[in-house]
Amino acid sequence: MSAAAVEPIRAVRRLRRRDLPELLQQIHDPPRSLFLRGGPDPEILARPAVAIVGARACSPYGAQVARMLGRELAAAGLVVVSGLARGIDGEAHRGALDAGGVTVAVLGCGIDRDYPAAHSELARRICERGLVVSEYEPGVEPAPWRFPARNRIIAGLTAVTVIVEARERSGALITADFALEDGREVFAVPGEITGTLSTGTNRLLRQGATPLTTADDVLELFGLAASQRARAPTVGPSATAVLERLADGAASADELSRTTGLDPGPLAAALAELELARLASEADGRYRAVVPPLASTT
Amino acid sequence: MLARTITHALVGLDARRVEVEAHLQNGLPAFAIVGLPDRACQEAKQRVRSGITSAELNWPDRRLTVNLAPAELRKEGSGFDLPIALAVLAASRQVTEESLRGHASVGELALDGRVRPVAGVLAAAEGAKEQGLSRLFCAASSAPEAALAGIEPVPLHHLAEAASYLRGEWQPEPFDEPDDLPVPEGLPDLADVRGQERARRALELAAAGGHNLLLAGPPGTGKTMLARRLPGILPPLTRDEALEVTRIHSVAGLLPPGRPLVAAPPFRAPHHTASAPAIVGGGSGPRPGEASLAHRGVLFLDELAEFPRPTLEALRQPLEDGAISIARVEGKATFPARFQLVATMNLCPCGARGDPAAECSCSTQRLATYRDKLSRALLDRFDLLVTVPRPRALELAAAPSEASELVRKRVVAARERLRERRPPRNEAADALLSRAVERLPLSARGRARVARVSATVAALAGAEEVGPEHLAEALSFRTPTELAAAA
Repeated sequence: MSAAAVEPIRAVRRLRRRDLPELLQQIHDPPRSLFLRGGPDPEILARPAVAIVGARACSPYGAQVARMLGRELAAAGLVVVSGLARGIDGEAHRGALDAGGVTVAVLGCGIDRDYPAAHSELARRICERGLVVSEYEPGVEPAPWRFPARNRIIAGLTAVTVIVEARERSGALITADFALEDGREVFAVPGEITGTLSTGTNRLLRQGATPLTTADDVLELFGLAASQRARAPTVGPSATAVLERLADGAASADELSRTTGLDPGPLAAALAELELARLASEADGRYRAVVPPLASTT
Repeated sequence: MLARTITHALVGLDARRVEVEAHLQNGLPAFAIVGLPDRACQEAKQRVRSGITSAELNWPDRRLTVNLAPAELRKEGSGFDLPIALAVLAASRQVTEESLRGHASVGELALDGRVRPVAGVLAAAEGAKEQGLSRLFCAASSAPEAALAGIEPVPLHHLAEAASYLRGEWQPEPFDEPDDLPVPEGLPDLADVRGQERARRALELAAAGGHNLLLAGPPGTGKTMLARRLPGILPPLTRDEALEVTRIHSVAGLLPPGRPLVAAPPFRAPHHTASAPAIVGGGSGPRPGEASLAHRGVLFLDELAEFPRPTLEALRQPLEDGAISIARVEGKATFPARFQLVATMNLCPCGARGDPAAECSCSTQRLATYRDKLSRALLDRFDLLVTVPRPRALELAAAPSEASELVRKRVVAARERLRERRPPRNEAADALLSRAVERLPLSARGRARVARVSATVAALAGAEEVGPEHLAEALSFRTPTELAAAA
């Protein structure tokens, strides 16, 4: 056994059914018990929480939205719950960690496993201020049929479920179904009607899910003040000019250089400034505004 | 009857003195070469014999033994033909041993007696010069190369010329050494690149600071075209640097005849199927690999992720030390390898990522495997990372952009400034760097990298110190989060 296995943060605790948070006890098929890993008291499972889930193979846009939502909702004091998977789930956890907030990862395998393995570092960071939970005892292998069961816990722990990107047959839609069955609120982030990554979310919208356009939409529901979000930090004039361009959509550095008239050097500096201020981010050579334009103009 | 000539064997880039002894004895006619010759050297027997008779000299019909001393040093290649032939002529008293004094020789013989050039003449000439020898017999086309070492070459077209020279009947024309470094020409020009301002800027920074550069982006966006234009904006080599580079290229047998001195920073682009020894050097008598051939120039790895991982990991040592040591039973050879690494890669295996006009069909699994090939440690060696997006038709139709020569002037000026004094960071820049370390996934090495690049940005701008605007630009070229997270 490696040294990591005996670290206190690795220590596994068990929550019996009667100790489960109330929301989770209310679902159709609550787990018999829940195994926990991580520093804080299990009490955090009972705090107001929101689930952010979506596609594993997501787009840069989806990753960014998940991160932004994770960050802003956690900063407002909500617990961000997701499934530790690649893509949207991971980004939502990371966003919450960025904000120094609390996040909970629900596993579809034994509590002692980090699945996917690439996210074991992420799981470690989650355990510092939040929890990793599972209904499976240590040693249970990840299997495809366990993930839908995991999704019922994600939906069960939270009052609100947000789907960021989902294809036609996505696990995230199963989470949404559980949430609806249990009478919880479901939000979906609208996507392009031409992309396969948004067919699932757009269908949810057609069926009556609430469209999510800013994090405030969720915060209102909890009665939390939207003003929790940091107002746009002040940036220099070049950075402001670049940000205005980005409001028209994603663009490469060269396109921005042409539309703003900035030389590549100062432009690169402006972009780095925006990234540091968390107002823009880069993926695959294209820059995007991170917050909806509304937020930066008010 | 015994006679001796001097030649040199190469161990890595070092020339070791080898004495060639020819001994004629009475007995049945026979010819043996001893002293650890390899196959090519063993075959000298046939070439020397034919060469001597073709030059209308006499082949001694007696028992002939040639010894290459020291006997424990492996002798490789065909450069021993000429020294063996000269030793045989002296032993058979067709030329006097006296006349050979002060001369070294190196060269291959053709069956008709012509003298052919061999690799490593510069190193051999330097060895001869070091040991106080004044003249070197070599093929006429190798003479300018030998002259670089400051030794007087005796350029030979034919073995017969050597014999008449040694008898005092013929003098080669005095060889005048060109004083100036030739001006590099014919390098691809940056003016050919339309658009791609950000990538051009990264290229300029890479040239000014000697930074390693990774260009990522979908296929067909001009990554390779950009990389090939780096040598054209690098400062020209100094004479000493040019000699270092020439020595390596000479040993590898890559010098073009007639223009011996490599004046332009070399550009080496090994294919991704090349083996690790082909890239870092190797072989039983160690030979320089692509990394050493790129010394003082650019090592270009196109499609970085297609290279086998062991090959890439083998590059980490030269990237750190600027030299490659190859240990062999007979000893160790060290090749200099202070190169600038430039690489390209697609953003995903199918190549569609980053291209707004295409949809990526790669599974997350495949994407992860692709990126896992590049270890964090290797990615950390790249100071500058830039994503090259697909240019719009509009940009491709734009007017030609700045020519390499203008860019090179700025690069030379910036290098000068960096050599005199590295600009220090001012307080505001320090504060920005600390904030970046908190907010961005930036390792300790990443932080040092950003600091290095920011000094280059400031030097290019002609600033006295590194301000926040310089540091911010350096930050924009760091490892993309997703690549860093995957590795």
